[in-house]
Amino acid sequence: MKRKIYMAAGANTISMGTGRNEFNPRKERPGLEYYIKTAGEAALSQVSGPDAVDEIYVGNFMAGLFNRQGHLGGFAATIHPSFEFKPSMRVEGACSSGGLALISAIRSVLAETAEVAMALGVEVQNTVKAIYGADILASAGWAKKRKNGHAYFFPGQFSDRAGVYYQQYGYDYARKGMGRWYRNAIENARLDPTAQEFHNSVTDPEAAYHQAAPNGKFFVDHLNVLDCSKVSDGASAIFIASEAGLTRLGINKKDAVEVVGFAQLTRNITNDPPNPTEMTTVGRAAAKALENAGITIDQVGTAEIHDCFSIAGLLTMEALGLAAPGKGAAFVSEGHTARNGRFPVNTTGGLIGWGHPTGATGVHQAVTIWQQITGKAGQAQIELPNDRPYGLSINMGGDDVTVVAIVYKPA
Amino acid sequence: MNYDERLQQVAVLGAAGKMGSGILLLTAVEMTDLSLKAENKNRTFVLNAIDLSDENLSGIVDYLQVQILKIAEKKVVWLRQMYADRADLVDNSEIIRQYVNDAMRIVRPTTAIETAYRANLVFEAVSENKDLKIKLLRQIDDHNPNKPWFFTNTSSVPIHLIEQGADLKGRVLGFHFYNPPAVQKLVELIVTPETQPEVRQFALDYAKALKKVVVPSYDVAGFIGNGHFMRDALFGIHKALELAATRPLPEAIFTVNKVTQDYLLRPMGIFQLIDYVGVDVVQFIMKVMHPYMKNENLHSPLLDQMMDLGVKGGQMPNGAQKDGFLKYDKGAIVAVFDPQKHEYVSVDVLEKAASAWLGEMVTGWKPWKSVIKLGNKEAFLTDWFNSLKASATNGAALAVEYGKNSDAIGRRLLADGVAFSEADVNTVMLTGFFHAYGPINTYFV
Repeated sequence: MKRKIYMAAGANTISMGTGRNEFNPRKERPGLEYYIKTAGEAALSQVSGPDAVDEIYVGNFMAGLFNRQGHLGGFAATIHPSFEFKPSMRVEGACSSGGLALISAIRSVLAETAEVAMALGVEVQNTVKAIYGADILASAGWAKKRKNGHAYFFPGQFSDRAGVYYQQYGYDYARKGMGRWYRNAIENARLDPTAQEFHNSVTDPEAAYHQAAPNGKFFVDHLNVLDCSKVSDGASAIFIASEAGLTRLGINKKDAVEVVGFAQLTRNITNDPPNPTEMTTVGRAAAKALENAGITIDQVGTAEIHDCFSIAGLLTMEALGLAAPGKGAAFVSEGHTARNGRFPVNTTGGLIGWGHPTGATGVHQAVTIWQQITGKAGQAQIELPNDRPYGLSINMGGDDVTVVAIVYKPA
Repeated sequence: MNYDERLQQVAVLGAAGKMGSGILLLTAVEMTDLSLKAENKNRTFVLNAIDLSDENLSGIVDYLQVQILKIAEKKVVWLRQMYADRADLVDNSEIIRQYVNDAMRIVRPTTAIETAYRANLVFEAVSENKDLKIKLLRQIDDHNPNKPWFFTNTSSVPIHLIEQGADLKGRVLGFHFYNPPAVQKLVELIVTPETQPEVRQFALDYAKALKKVVVPSYDVAGFIGNGHFMRDALFGIHKALELAATRPLPEAIFTVNKVTQDYLLRPMGIFQLIDYVGVDVVQFIMKVMHPYMKNENLHSPLLDQMMDLGVKGGQMPNGAQKDGFLKYDKGAIVAVFDPQKHEYVSVDVLEKAASAWLGEMVTGWKPWKSVIKLGNKEAFLTDWFNSLKASATNGAALAVEYGKNSDAIGRRLLADGVAFSEADVNTVMLTGFFHAYGPINTYFV
C-alpha cells in the first residue's frame, strides 16, 4: 500500500427480521431512510464531526426493487446536513456491495482524492414476502439462468453445491459440519445485541438443526432453512481514513485498525462455477489480499466469512487453505471455527446468526473485525493471539462471482 | 367421463355465501391445477359461480383473487414446473400472477342459474331449506342433458329426501364441508342407498385432491357434527338456565362458557361457538333436525328469544366475530348479553362472582393451544381429568358433568345409527371442531 489506511468508528443497526422479538411482519416498520440515518449517525457520533468527512460511499444491492428507491447517494445528507454537496455515490455488486463501498473508500484515500471517507452499507428486505424476495435476489445471478432456476434461486444454487459435496464426501459427514456451523452462528449471535438471532433461546441449536432434514418438496433439495442466512433489514457504517484523516477524525490509533491488504476479483457471471465444491473466486481473492498484506493465513487470528449458506462457510474454509478439499466439514465439526477454537470465525454470528442485510454485510464484517481488534466487541469479544494479530473479511456477491477480501491488523 | 372431464364443467350454487365461497375457492384451485396438466392444455375448464346477489358476486372476485394468490405463493416450486414451457414467465411473481389469472379465467360469477344446465357437477350451498334445495336441483336436472352429479353441502337435511324430492336417482350425495371450507380439513360424506358407486368414488378422489379428511356418516339429519354440536349446545344452555335460578343469567352464561373452554380444554366455550356459527344458524339447524328426532326436543326458547331481539352472532364479511351471547373486542370476550334487560354486562362485573362459584382453578391446567401440541397428550389429559374428578369445586364438577354428557351424545350417535364407528365420531370433533380429545373417551368415567 502506498499509504497507510485505517478504519475506525464503526456502527451497526440491529439486523431486523424474523428471530428478533420486536419484529412483526404485519406492522409497519422503519424503511431505508431510518437505517441509513441510524447507522450513519452512530458512526458519526464517535468522531470529531461531519466536516472531517470528504466522501460517502453507500453499498446497496437492490433498494430499487425492495424499496422502489434508486440513487442512494442522495441520502448522505439525511445523516448530517453538512454532507450535502459532498461527493456521495452508491456502489453495487450484489451481496458484496458493502465490500465494494469499503474498497471504493480505500481506493479514494489511497489515490489521495480523500483523507476520510464513510462507507455505509444498507439493505431493507422485509418489504416483500420471501418468495418475491427470491426473485429480487436472483438478479445477483445471470438473468438468463433464472427461468430454469429454483423458485428460491440462490438457495437452489448452493443446494446444488451441497448436493455434489454430499455425493463426494458423504451426506452425514457434511451435515455434521454444517450443523456445527449453524450452532456456532447462533451461539455467537447471542453475544451481540444487534444480531438477528440475539433472542434465539433454543437450548441445543445443533440438535434443532438435525431435526429438519432438507426436503425438496417444500424448499430446496439439499439445504434446510437453518442452512440459510436470514432476510434482514439493517445498515452498518465505518470510516476509512489516512493517517492525517485519522487525526482529523480525532481518533486515537488504539481505536483504529489498519488495512494492510485487499483484493477484489470478479468471475464471469454467465458461466457456472468451475467446480461446484470449490469457492474459486473466494480462494483467489483471499490469497491475493493476504499476499498484498505480506502474510499467510496462519497469521490470521479471526475471520468474517460470507456464510450466506452453511455450505459456503465450509467451502470457504477449504478455499482459504485451512482445510484440504473435502475436509472443511471436519474442520468445522471439530470445533476449530468456534469462538474458542483455533480459528474463530464470524464471532458475532455471521450472515446466518447476525443477519444478512445484503448490501450492508460487507461493512458489517469490517465493523466486527474492527470491534474485535480494538477490544470493542462487548460480550462477543475474543482474545486474538499475539502471533496471529490479523483479521480477514471475505464478502461475496452472487455465487462466488464478485469477492472483496480485506486484511486488517491493529493500528 | 373421467375425473378431469367431470371437473371440466362445474357449478356452485350459493357461491357468494360463507360456505359456497370456500367451496368455490377450493374447486377453482383444483380445476386450475388440472388445467395445467399437459394432457388438459387444450381443454377449457368452466366453473360457474352462481348466486342471487350481484353485489356479493363482486365481493367473491376480490376474495378469490386474494386467496388464490396466497395459495399460489405456497406452491410456487410446483408452479415453476407447470409453467416451465412458458418462456415469458420467469420470476416467481410472474408465475404466481399467471396462476391467479388462469384460475380467475375459469370462474364465471353469474346470477343466471341457467349456466348450471351444462354442468357435469353441481355443488349446492344455498341456505338450509329443504324445499329450496329440491326446487333448484330439480330445475337444473330437468334442463341439463348431462345427467349431472349433485354434491350438497347441507349440514342437516337428510340426503335421501333431496334425492327423492328432485328425482335424482343415485346422482346426489352429501359432501359436507366444515366452516371455513378452505381451512377446515374435515368433510362429512353422506350417501343414500341409491347413490351410484362412481359418484361416491369421485367424491373420495375429489376430497383426496383437496387433502380433506373424509368421515362417512349415515343419512340421519344433522349427521355427526351437528348431531353432537346441537345437543352439546342445548346442554350448555340448559346448564346456564339451571345456574340462573340462583344468579343473574349473564353470569351463568359466562360461567358455563368458561368451564366448557378452560376446564374442558376446548378452543372456544360453548356460547362462543354458538356465536361463531351464528345463533340464527344454530336455531335453524335445530329446526331442520327436530322433526327427524324421536323422543327428543331439539329446540331452545332462549335461542328464539335471542333471535327475536336480533342478537345473532355470526361473522362479518371480513371474518370478524359479530356480537351474540357474548360481546367481542378484537376476538376477546368483553361482555355477556342479558336477554332480560337487552344489554351487555361487562365481564369485569361478572368475573368475580363467577370465580367465587367456580372455586379455585384446579392445578396443572394448560390452555387448549398448548394441549393440542403436547407429545404426551394422552397422559396429560388423563392427569387433568383425574384432577377434575378429585376436585371438590363447582367448576370441576360442572366440567365432569359436561364431559360425561358429551360422551353420552357421542355414544348415542353410534346407537342411533348416525355414525359408523366411535373413531368417526371422534375424528369429526377432533378435526371439524378442533377438540383436543374425542367426545367418546374414558376420562370422565
